[in-house]
Amino acid sequence: MQALTNRAKAVNRRPMTFWERLYLPAIVRGLGITLKHFFKKKATVNYPEQKRPFSPVFRGLHILNRDEEGRERCTACGLCAVACPAEAITMEAAERQPGEEHLYREEKYAARYEINMLRCIFCGFCEEACPKDAIYLTETFAPSNYKRKGFIYGKDDLLIPFPEKAPEA
Amino acid sequence: MLLQIETFLLVEKLILIAVILGISLFIAMYSTYAERKVAGFIQDRRGPNRAGPFGILQPLADGGKLFFKEEIIPANSNRFLFVLGPSIAMLTACMTSAVIPWGDSLTIAGHTIPLQVADVNIGVLFIFGVVSLGVYGIMIGAWASNNKFSLLGAIRAASQIISYELAMGLSLIALLMLSGSLSLRDIVEQQRQGVWYVVYQPLGFLIFLVCAFAECNRTPFDLAECESELVGGFHTEYSSMKLGFYLFSEYINMFISSAVMATLYFGGYSFPGMDSLHVSPNLLGILGIVALFIKIVLFLFFFMWVRWTIPRFRYDQLMNLGWKVLIPLALVNLLITGGIVLYLQQ
Repeated sequence: MQALTNRAKAVNRRPMTFWERLYLPAIVRGLGITLKHFFKKKATVNYPEQKRPFSPVFRGLHILNRDEEGRERCTACGLCAVACPAEAITMEAAERQPGEEHLYREEKYAARYEINMLRCIFCGFCEEACPKDAIYLTETFAPSNYKRKGFIYGKDDLLIPFPEKAPEA
Repeated sequence: MLLQIETFLLVEKLILIAVILGISLFIAMYSTYAERKVAGFIQDRRGPNRAGPFGILQPLADGGKLFFKEEIIPANSNRFLFVLGPSIAMLTACMTSAVIPWGDSLTIAGHTIPLQVADVNIGVLFIFGVVSLGVYGIMIGAWASNNKFSLLGAIRAASQIISYELAMGLSLIALLMLSGSLSLRDIVEQQRQGVWYVVYQPLGFLIFLVCAFAECNRTPFDLAECESELVGGFHTEYSSMKLGFYLFSEYINMFISSAVMATLYFGGYSFPGMDSLHVSPNLLGILGIVALFIKIVLFLFFFMWVRWTIPRFRYDQLMNLGWKVLIPLALVNLLITGGIVLYLQQ
């Protein structure tokens, strides 16, 4: 049969020599190899204490951003939910009432904004789709919880904390 | 007066037994830790390092886990034998430590205490008797668990131990020709005066070492457990502390066979230049214990080192090695040693 590639190697089926049949030389060589590994640098990263550096484009858990005055940027346009291939984002829009101008940037805001972190594939399409620079993917990752419910992140999980207000003069 | 001496002897021996048992259990406990550390290091990992500093509390955590696990006894098993199996394994593992001389002797309050539970004149024979009982623990346990994998494991263990005990015994006879005594203390004392027997018996030691691996069911001869084929072999059906007993007895066996090898071939508690040191006898005794334990630890490391280097033998290879290689080699060794001993006596 003709070989498909030229990488085929003929199997050596000659009987083992006496030296090879002794096993011991091979075993000693093997012991040498394992001993060498004994003193090698360990590949393990001690995770909670040590962390591997992330690449600058790492995509972790989401946050909802605020503008310079601390108002929510999201206007509940729904583009992120449309862009999401995993359909992990749900939102409900609401209209800004008079007197809430310091809370929301535009007339419309997301009353409910939920991301199911178990559905999310961290592709970052929501970040790309957002016209208001409201959603970002951070470097935080590996959330843990005892219940599936805990992985549905609401606005209180996602929204970055309110920036320190200037002291009232 | 006679009664007083005997009470003292009794107390002395009881304390010695307790200490030796404690030490063997302690060493076995930390062998499990060392095994995992060595495995980790050889595979470029770190091994257990979470429980306590460097993970030194890991054996305690493991023991605690085994104690609190649910104990399952299979419905179709023989309950009595099922419990008897691990108990025998543990008992025989602990029994051999009685005749090993752990050190020269200590003088406490005018009493000279030899650091050996029983200096019987057939010490070597006793060890062999007890060690070969160990296979009953495996066989009974496996038979009682009514599981084909367990039974296969036990069959392998039994045939393996029978085959390798022959070669082990034969290699030992050559040593006994040189020593002329079956008492382990005599053997050590002879090496203290002369040279370690490994110099006279390199081939015998090699055969003994290989057979010790087989007797302890250690890789490359761990066909009785054989996780990949027999899902754990003889202890497939065991859980909780009964499983713990089996695993533990394996480590005690390793410790004891390390001690036996150190005693028979590497001078036991003696070390070179021991008698030219001018220190008090008590200190010398302690140094002897330290020397013996260093040898034992090195052997234990070797056991682990080999385990994480060599893959398991196939069953027919195992039998070939035992019957067609080791036994003839041991016989040749026996013949040569006998010839030389005869020649030197003339």
